[in-house]
Amino acid sequence: MGKTIAAIAAGLALWSSVASAADPVSTAPIKIGSFLSVTGPASFLGEPEKKTLELTVDRINRDGGVLGRKLELVIYDDGGVPEKAATFAKRLVQNDGVDLIIAGSATGTTMAAIKTIDAAEVPFISLAGGMDIVDPVKKWVFKTPHTDRMACEKVFADMKRRGLYKLALLSEDGGFGKSGRQQCVATAPSFGIDIAADEIYSPKDPDVTAQLTKIRGTAGVQAVLVFGFGQGPAVVTKNYRQLGIALPLYQSHGVASKEFIRLAGDAAEGVRLPAAGLVVANQLADSDPQKAVVAAFKVDYEKAFGGEVSTFPGHAFDALNLAVAAIKRAGGTDKAKVRDEIEKTTKFIGTAGVVTMSPTDHMGLTLDAFHLVEIRKSDWVILD
Amino acid sequence: MTKRSHRFGLLGLVAIIAMAPLGFPNAYFYDVATTAMIQAVVCVGLNLLIGYAGQISLGHAGFFALGAYGSAILTSRFGLPPLAALAASALAVVTLAFVLGRPILKLAGHTLAMATLGIGIIIHIVLKTESWLTGGPDGMSVDPFSVLGLTIDGDRAWYWVCGFLLALAVWLSCNLIDSPVGRALRAVHGSEVAAQVAGIDTGRTKLLVFVVSAVFASLMGGVFAHKNGFVTPDLASFFRSIELVTMVVLGGMASSFGAVAGAVILTLLPQFLAGFEDYEAVVLGAIMIGTMIFLPKGLLPSIKALARRRVRS
Amino acid sequence: MAAQLLQLVFSGLTSGAIYALAGLGFAIIYNASNVINFAQGEFIMIGGMAAATLVAAGMPLPLAALVAVAGTMLVGMVLEKLAVEPAREAGTMAIIIITIGASILLRGLAQLAWGKGFHTLPAFSGERPLAVAGATLMPQSLWVLGVVVAVIVALWWFFSRTLFGKAMLATSYNRLAAELVGIGSRRVLLAAFALSALLGAVGGVVVTPITFANTDAGIMLGLKGFAAAVLGGLGSGLGAIVGGLIVGLVEALAAGTLSSAYKDAIAFVIILVVLIFMPQGLFGKKAVDRV
Repeated sequence: MGKTIAAIAAGLALWSSVASAADPVSTAPIKIGSFLSVTGPASFLGEPEKKTLELTVDRINRDGGVLGRKLELVIYDDGGVPEKAATFAKRLVQNDGVDLIIAGSATGTTMAAIKTIDAAEVPFISLAGGMDIVDPVKKWVFKTPHTDRMACEKVFADMKRRGLYKLALLSEDGGFGKSGRQQCVATAPSFGIDIAADEIYSPKDPDVTAQLTKIRGTAGVQAVLVFGFGQGPAVVTKNYRQLGIALPLYQSHGVASKEFIRLAGDAAEGVRLPAAGLVVANQLADSDPQKAVVAAFKVDYEKAFGGEVSTFPGHAFDALNLAVAAIKRAGGTDKAKVRDEIEKTTKFIGTAGVVTMSPTDHMGLTLDAFHLVEIRKSDWVILD
Repeated sequence: MTKRSHRFGLLGLVAIIAMAPLGFPNAYFYDVATTAMIQAVVCVGLNLLIGYAGQISLGHAGFFALGAYGSAILTSRFGLPPLAALAASALAVVTLAFVLGRPILKLAGHTLAMATLGIGIIIHIVLKTESWLTGGPDGMSVDPFSVLGLTIDGDRAWYWVCGFLLALAVWLSCNLIDSPVGRALRAVHGSEVAAQVAGIDTGRTKLLVFVVSAVFASLMGGVFAHKNGFVTPDLASFFRSIELVTMVVLGGMASSFGAVAGAVILTLLPQFLAGFEDYEAVVLGAIMIGTMIFLPKGLLPSIKALARRRVRS
Repeated sequence: MAAQLLQLVFSGLTSGAIYALAGLGFAIIYNASNVINFAQGEFIMIGGMAAATLVAAGMPLPLAALVAVAGTMLVGMVLEKLAVEPAREAGTMAIIIITIGASILLRGLAQLAWGKGFHTLPAFSGERPLAVAGATLMPQSLWVLGVVVAVIVALWWFFSRTLFGKAMLATSYNRLAAELVGIGSRRVLLAAFALSALLGAVGGVVVTPITFANTDAGIMLGLKGFAAAVLGGLGSGLGAIVGGLIVGLVEALAAGTLSSAYKDAIAFVIILVVLIFMPQGLFGKKAVDRV
C-alpha cells in the first residue's frame, strides 16, 4: 500500500516538474542543451565551462540573439559520472527538445552519451579531449579541444629537435591519462622515440617518489613526459625536483593553467608543455591570427569571474560561437542543416586555434594550434 | 509480512508497472523508470542480505559491474550470444561470492562490511586498469541484446522487460522469505547463537543469501549494459555501493517492497535536484543519517507501523 | 639499488605515517564504542582545508593550525552528539550507515564552504631536500614522522597517566563495568570522537604541504587508514600504527618494484587477506561473542 502511494506521488511530482521544462508550443528560443561535470573530480573543467556558456549566451542575447531568436541554455550537472551524463543526454533530446548540444567535460561522459544523441540526430559538440570522440568520425559528433594525440606529437617534435629519443612516460590512471598514454605509445615510433619506462600514478597519491625512483633507475632515459591534470602533475613535479632528477620534464596540455604553476611553485621552472593560444594570450605576437579573439576573451572572462583564465572555458566559448555561426549559415535550427554547416566550418578563429572542419575531420585543429611553451619565472614563454 | 500481504503487494506492484507509462510524456521517462527498476531488483537482492540476514555489503556495486562488464566483454570482444554471456558472468560472480563469502561470513557482523568494501574497490581498480580488456577508465560500448533473432531496442521495450524482471524478482524474494530458508534467515537475524542452537546452519544460510544477492546484482548489471549500450568502471565505485545500501535502508529493511520504494526514490532524487547538484551530497548524507536515527526500520515499515497505530486507536 | 630501496622506504614511511594517524583515529573510536567511523578521512580533510584557507587569508601558520585542529574537534563532537548518540542502541550496521552518511554530508558541506579547488600550505621548514645515504628526504616528511611520533607519545601519556584516559581505556575493556564504577560512557564516546578528530586534523595539517588540500582528499586516506586499523587489529592502537606503516611501505615498494598501476589496490588486498586468514589482525584480541 505504502509503496503504491509513494510511487504514484513520485511519478506525479516528477512528471509535473520535468514536463514544465519542455517547451511544446513556442519555437522562438534556440535551445542549447548541455551536461557538464560541474561537481565531482572534473569540476575544474565543468564549472568554468558552465560559467562561460552562461556568460556568452547572455552577451549574445543582449546583442539581439541569433537570427532574431534568443538563445536558451539547459545545463545539467553529471558530476563526472558517465551514466548520469547518458541519462541527462536522454533528458535533453527527448524531454527538453533541444536543437543542439554542447556538452561533455570529460571523454567518459561524452562517450556514454553518444549513442543517445546519435540516435536522436542532434548536433553534438563535445568539450573533451579524447581521440576516440572523433576517430572514427561519427556523423553528429564534433569537438573543440585539441586531441591528446596532438599533445603527444607536439612534445615529440620538440624532443626530436633537442635530440632526445628515450622517453619515460608517467601517466595518470584516469581517462585523460590513460587515453593520452595510449596515443603517445602509438605515435612515438613515427618520431623515432622509444618509450623506455611506462609508469602509472593516481591523482590521490600523497607522493610519487616510488614511480619516479623506478624511472630514474631505468637506463638511458633522456626525458620524462607526465600525462595528467589537476593536482597530480604538481605533486609529480615537486617530487621530481626533490629527487634531483635533472632530465628535461614535459607535461601535457592538461596543466596549461596558472593553477599548475601556483601549486608546483618553483619546481615548475623549466617545464615544457603544449598550450593553446588562450593560455599565452599575453605573449602572442600582434600579428598572430588568434590574438584578437583570445585577448578579448581573456579580458572578459577575468573581469566576470576573477582569477586567471585557462584553456577549458575557452573550449566552451569556441563551441558556442562555432555553433552560432553554423546556425546563422544554415538560416535556422534544422538539425541536419546545422550539422552540415558545422562540418563546413572554415578558418574559424577560436581560443584553441584556427578551426577548419571536414567530413573526415570533426575537430578541425592542426598541430600549430598548439604552442610549445616553457615555464620561466612562473610565467609562460613561447618557444615556437 | 504475511503471505497475503505479499500477494497484495505484488499485485499492486504489477499494476503500477503496467499503468505508470500512461503518465509518461516522452521516452526519457521510460528511461528513468527503467533505471529505477533495474536498481530496484538489485536492492531486492541486497535487502535479503541486509534486512533479513542482517549483514552489510559495502561492495555490491562491484558485483553489478562484473555482470555489466561480463556481458560487455563476452558479447563485444568474444562474440558470445548475450544470453550466454549473462549466464557466464552470473556463474563467475557466484563463484567469486562463494569463495570470498565462505571464510568471511563465519566472522562478526562488520567483517563482511569491511571485506566487501575491499572487494568492491579492487574490482573498480581492476576495471579501470586492464584497459586492453575493459576499455579503461573511459569504458567500452556494448552490443544490443538479442535472443533468437529478436533485438530489444528502444526505451519502451526495455521498460517492459525490466518491469517483468522486477515483478519476477519480487515474487522470487517473497517466496524465499516465506520458505524454510526465509524463516532460517529471520532466525539468524534475531540471534545467531539461538539459531545455531535450534539446528540451523547459520554459515550456510548466510552464504546462500550472499551469493543470491550477488547474482541478482550481476544479472541486472548485464541488463543495464545492454540497455545503455555503454559501461564504465564508475559502475563499481564505492559511492555506487553506498547508494545501493542507502536505497535498501531508506525504503525499509526486511521488506522487498521497501527496497523497491527506496530504489525508486533515490533514482528519481538526482532528477529532482537537477540544478541543485551542489547540494546533492548534503541531501544524500542527511537522508542516510536521518533515516537511521528517526526511521531505523526504513520508510515503508515505519509508514505501515504508523498506519497500524492509527487503525488501532 | 640500495639507494633506490631507501628512497622507496622514505616514501612509504611518509604515507604510512598518515595512514597510521587515520588508523589510530579509527581504533580510538572503535575502542570506546564498537563504532567504525567512516568519517575519519573527512577529519583529515577538514583539518588540512581549514588550515590552508586560513593561511591563505593571512593568518600565521601556527595559529591557523591550532584553529583548524580545534575546529575539526568541534566538528567531531557535533557529529557524535547529533548523529551517533541518538542511534547508540541501533546496532553496528545502523552506525556504519550513519557515519558513511556523515562523511558524505561533511564532504558536501566542505564543498559548499570551500569550493572544489586545490589549496596548499607552505612547507614548515622549507623545500630543500636532504640527502641521506643516496636517497633524498623532504623536510616536510620529517615533520610528518616527527608529529606522528609526538602524537603517539602524547596519547600513551594520556591513556596511562591521566584519569580520564584510564577511564576511556576501562570503557573499552568492559563498558558495563566501567559504567558501574561511575565512568560516563557517553562522555567517553564524545571524548573519543574529539580525540580522533584531533588526530585526523593534525595529520591533515602536516601532510597538506606535500599533497595539497582538496575536499575529496578524505576518501582514500580514510579508507587506507581503515585498512591500517583492520591490519593491526581493530581496537589496538599499536596495531593501527604498525598497520599504517606496513600499508604505506608495501604500497611504495610494490609501486617501485612491481606495478605502479595497482598501487591503490594494495591496501584493499591487505584488508581481504587479513580478514580471510587472520581476522583479528596483528595485535587484536580474538572476538568473543556474548550470548
